[in-house]
Amino acid sequence: MAEKKPSPDHWLVRPDTIRIIWIGSLAVLALTVIAELFIDRVSKFGIDGTLGFGAWFGFISCVVLVIGSKALGAVLKQPDTYYDR
Amino acid sequence: MIADLVIPPGLVLIAAGFLLPFVKGQARSTIIVAAPLVALALVWGLPDGPVLTLSYLGYELTPVKADAISRLFATVFTLMTAIGGLYALRQDRVMELTAAFVYAGSAVGVVFAGDLLTVFIFWEVMAVASTLIIWSSTQPGAAKSAQRYAIVHLLGGVVLMAGIAGEIATTGNLTFTAMEANSLPRWLILAGFLINAGAPPFSAWLPDAYPEASWSGMVFLSAFTTKTAVYVLIRGFPGEEILVYVGLYMVFYGIVYAILENDMRRILAYTIVNQMGFTMVGIGIGTELALNGAAALAFSHIIYKALLLMSAGAVLYQTGKRKCTDLGGLFRTMPITTICGIIGALSLSAFPLTSGFISKSMVSQAAADENLMIVYLLLAAASSGVFLYAGIKFPWFVFFQKDSGLRPPEPPQNMRIAMYIMAALSIGLGIFPQLLYALLPFNVDYVPYKASKVIFQLQLLLFSGLAFFLLLGMLKRTLTITLDFDWFWRGLGRAIAREFDTTTTRAWGRTVDRTTRAAVRFVTALYKHHGPDGILAQTWPTGSMALWMTLFLAAFLIASFF
Repeated sequence: MAEKKPSPDHWLVRPDTIRIIWIGSLAVLALTVIAELFIDRVSKFGIDGTLGFGAWFGFISCVVLVIGSKALGAVLKQPDTYYDR
Repeated sequence: MIADLVIPPGLVLIAAGFLLPFVKGQARSTIIVAAPLVALALVWGLPDGPVLTLSYLGYELTPVKADAISRLFATVFTLMTAIGGLYALRQDRVMELTAAFVYAGSAVGVVFAGDLLTVFIFWEVMAVASTLIIWSSTQPGAAKSAQRYAIVHLLGGVVLMAGIAGEIATTGNLTFTAMEANSLPRWLILAGFLINAGAPPFSAWLPDAYPEASWSGMVFLSAFTTKTAVYVLIRGFPGEEILVYVGLYMVFYGIVYAILENDMRRILAYTIVNQMGFTMVGIGIGTELALNGAAALAFSHIIYKALLLMSAGAVLYQTGKRKCTDLGGLFRTMPITTICGIIGALSLSAFPLTSGFISKSMVSQAAADENLMIVYLLLAAASSGVFLYAGIKFPWFVFFQKDSGLRPPEPPQNMRIAMYIMAALSIGLGIFPQLLYALLPFNVDYVPYKASKVIFQLQLLLFSGLAFFLLLGMLKRTLTITLDFDWFWRGLGRAIAREFDTTTTRAWGRTVDRTTRAAVRFVTALYKHHGPDGILAQTWPTGSMALWMTLFLAAFLIASFF
């Protein structure tokens, strides 16, 4: 078996490392939701008592914010030399 | 008597600032770091209540009056000046440092002001000094930005002055205490304060001006103007409901514009508006917990935003670049700057174990306690948004992302030490929140580290991180800017000015033209009659005079017969 050539770039940006980071991160994400099963959940408004509220609420908020910003950007974005003309 | 001698801490900074141009080398460095520490000691030496009063123009002024809130803000202001000064030791433009010290000194002056006139005077000195910081920058857009910055802040000053004059005229009271916005003068005072806080429709001054300051200038700028505004609002308008809505607008304004932004320092400038939004919501809610939260957030924000800007400043200092599209992959040669940037970004996002978490969660908790469900949910959504647009975005695009090919070295040692101190404070306050809670204006029985809160926050932030990497394609930076309300004075205003310019130039041209032609005609006519060949300039023969005399005499003779 041919010996694998050492990647010339920093270890942190090699595809293998990035894959490990992705797997590790997804595991941590799952853990934060699972951990919720073992604590007393505090619910003030009802909706915030659902399982993984922070997870789904945070995720959806971000998607909405990014898409909303893009939509606004389509109207308001200008080349960065706009005011120099 | 020594016991009666009160030295206003702000004046120490201002005096030190004016001394800086006259000293060099080691002496200058010593003053830069030591003067703020002396001021800090003086801050803690002030007893509660009015400590200095004087009469001026028939008004009783209280230039120095201390209590827990003013001490909290003055502490972080002086601390910030010392560490910011350490960071800026290599700034060879001494005007910037002088301006920064005068600026910091007047910010301390505002937080100890017991009456509205003193507030106003220091407020205006701050505006002038901060303009000079931007002016002294060598960034290409600095001069024009400084001009726009000065105009907005002078406008704010005029509005504030009008409000204060009206307040004195209607109530005769100068004392700076809690007010309700129930009369025109008070609305004007509130508006003057809000302009400095970066509230709409004037939010644009902040991301327009701050990023044009030098690598060290922005570190100073981020600390004082907006935070002084937070202080005066806590003091003057606690529980003013409109602040909740203004705050929510600022929170989302900051996120949306930062998502679309390409310049790393402008991204951080938008986060200032966003974080100020959180404090505005806290002040608007107005309960003890909410006000504590607003004050704590302002305190920690100064520290972690300075850390972030030091990290960005180090990148700018070493590479001369600010745009995300030009940067990337710097972690290879700037690991310390990268880690400090990440710590700042995590604090900004209120990650557990950072100063942001122990302060921002107080505001959210206050909203929940008051049964403000919509506000609570919007703040939670915004917290996840902050992580997305700045918490990950700033470190990712500057230090990771693609390999830009840049290999800048770490910044000089003094800049690294300043970053270490700020990073240590950010995490230290997160681990030992009691250190900060002890300084807050009201008693704190708030416990930030409850399992449910920590897990909620972790879910919120980490899943927002997931969203970031899944949506990365949509977040690619482009060479664009995003129009803002400032278009009304930079775009529309200029278009009107240009139109006016063309019209007046044409009208003026015509007027000049006509006047010139009339003058030429007049001179030509004059020349025609009185010139060398003019009929009136000729010498007349003696005979014609005799003839005319005879004619006149004859006419006289005939007339005398009748």
